[in-house]
Amino acid sequence: MRFWELAIRNFKEMWRDLISTGLEIGIPAGFLVIFWALGRNMGDESFLTTTMLVPGITVFGFAFLLMFSAMTLSRDKEGALLSRLFTAPLKPRDFILSYSLPYIPMVIIQIAVCFGIGALLGLELLENAGLVFLILLVMGICCVELGMILGLLFNVNQASGVGSVIITLVALLGGIWINIETIGGVFYRIGNALPFAHAIKAARAVMIGADFSSIATDFYWVLGYTLVFFALGVFLFRRKMVE
Amino acid sequence: MNYGTNDNRFAIQTFSLSRKFGDLIAVDGIDLSIKEGELFSLLGPNGAGKTTAIKMLCCLLRPSSGTATVMGHDINEDPMAVKQIIDVSPQETAIAEHLNARENLRLMGGIRGLAKKEVKKRSEELLEMVGLTKRAKEQVRRFSGGMKRRLSIAMALVSNPQVLFLDEPTLGLDPQSRRGIWEHIAELKGKKTIVLTTHYLEEADALADRIAIIDEGKIAALGTPQELKDSISDMQVMVVKAKNLTPDVIKSLKEIYPEVKATEDGIEIKAKELSFYEIVDYLRPRGVAIQSASPKQPTLDDVFLHLTGKELRE
Repeated sequence: MRFWELAIRNFKEMWRDLISTGLEIGIPAGFLVIFWALGRNMGDESFLTTTMLVPGITVFGFAFLLMFSAMTLSRDKEGALLSRLFTAPLKPRDFILSYSLPYIPMVIIQIAVCFGIGALLGLELLENAGLVFLILLVMGICCVELGMILGLLFNVNQASGVGSVIITLVALLGGIWINIETIGGVFYRIGNALPFAHAIKAARAVMIGADFSSIATDFYWVLGYTLVFFALGVFLFRRKMVE
Repeated sequence: MNYGTNDNRFAIQTFSLSRKFGDLIAVDGIDLSIKEGELFSLLGPNGAGKTTAIKMLCCLLRPSSGTATVMGHDINEDPMAVKQIIDVSPQETAIAEHLNARENLRLMGGIRGLAKKEVKKRSEELLEMVGLTKRAKEQVRRFSGGMKRRLSIAMALVSNPQVLFLDEPTLGLDPQSRRGIWEHIAELKGKKTIVLTTHYLEEADALADRIAIIDEGKIAALGTPQELKDSISDMQVMVVKAKNLTPDVIKSLKEIYPEVKATEDGIEIKAKELSFYEIVDYLRPRGVAIQSASPKQPTLDDVFLHLTGKELRE
């Protein structure tokens, strides 16, 4: 459990960076309230209901987590701390676990904050909340694993830039406030190929009563991406450890 | 793999160790044997290949050809065994900025598998050793450069490694901080095998048992500091501090002695044989006011200059 010591360090590093932590929690919370208010102004026909917004904005928040996790890792890489850690007898999977695990509490907090605010804004609590939580948890982990890949491939500035592009992609093609099926064409195909829209679609479906069998494809799509990103992260760590 | 030439008395042995980056040969077939408990210095200018060599010995870089053993473990074939017995203080102050000094030490001990109780005990000892006990609870991002360096060295010692690599441990520090770190390194002499890379001549001269002068990836010379200096002592140097030294006088001296160099406050004369009286008798009638004239012992800089034709610059 040597990796655990590094995971604890990364957890502390994340929580002691108060600005990033504040943004990770504040951005989805703020967006949720703003879009809910916009939806109310639009009237009863609005797409922006709490059932539509809460899972979408939660995933939107994960995209910020992706960028911040990438920047933490690339900062360690640039500052040579990662190189120093590579001289310890740790394996690639130890590294990816110790950099990913500290973000899981933040994923859970983001889900709790969005659903907590959603409840205050009128979202009804569900019997199948556990399945919604599972879908979003996997999506959150998927984003953190993608963050690991960006952190290993890019420097801090580049990771921030690429992270911003992904945030925009999630916003435009994730189906958060636009139904991507109505857009159609290449944008729909790109959005549908990525995991974000699948997670949001599955979570929304469960929230209005769907069971697991009807969202299984979407769930496995997200899970598949998560496993691929994890494996790719292990591969990249292995390559970085001995150049 | 066990090498026939490997000797148990040697902590590190390299066998034609080489590393290329594209067309650039950073380390060019070096063969070294470093004894257990020895403080061995790799001395050379920036870009000479010192850090590349260290990175290969720490299993961070794969050699292009050749190999090395650390306490008998091959760096190519058993890197995990090597990593179990080494620790490194890298050239950059590689520390976790949002952790405090004590947490940084515990991190390093923890990832190297030390029991919590042991880590705690050694952390306190090391904080005391590097004079950071009073600042142990402060996040290290608020530390000065010298404090960070001291902590970085302490971090490399938590696991009590058999072999310690110190890569430019005093780079960029002021002379006072540098001397403080030298004292800490000197305390470790004989207790563990230390490989120190530096481009500071005084550092290698003051600390090392043996020095390998490295230039363009190759070992240019190897020996104790005194052996290296003796190797060029066939040339004597006389340092003359004087006033009224005209260009004509210096020019005329150059006709007598093979090497005459003007300095800030006089001249340096180099020749196989030098006579104090001969120099004084030559200069005085030409109106030169001699303040002092004394023989100069060769320095490692002279050795480096003699071997490579270049000067080590700070």
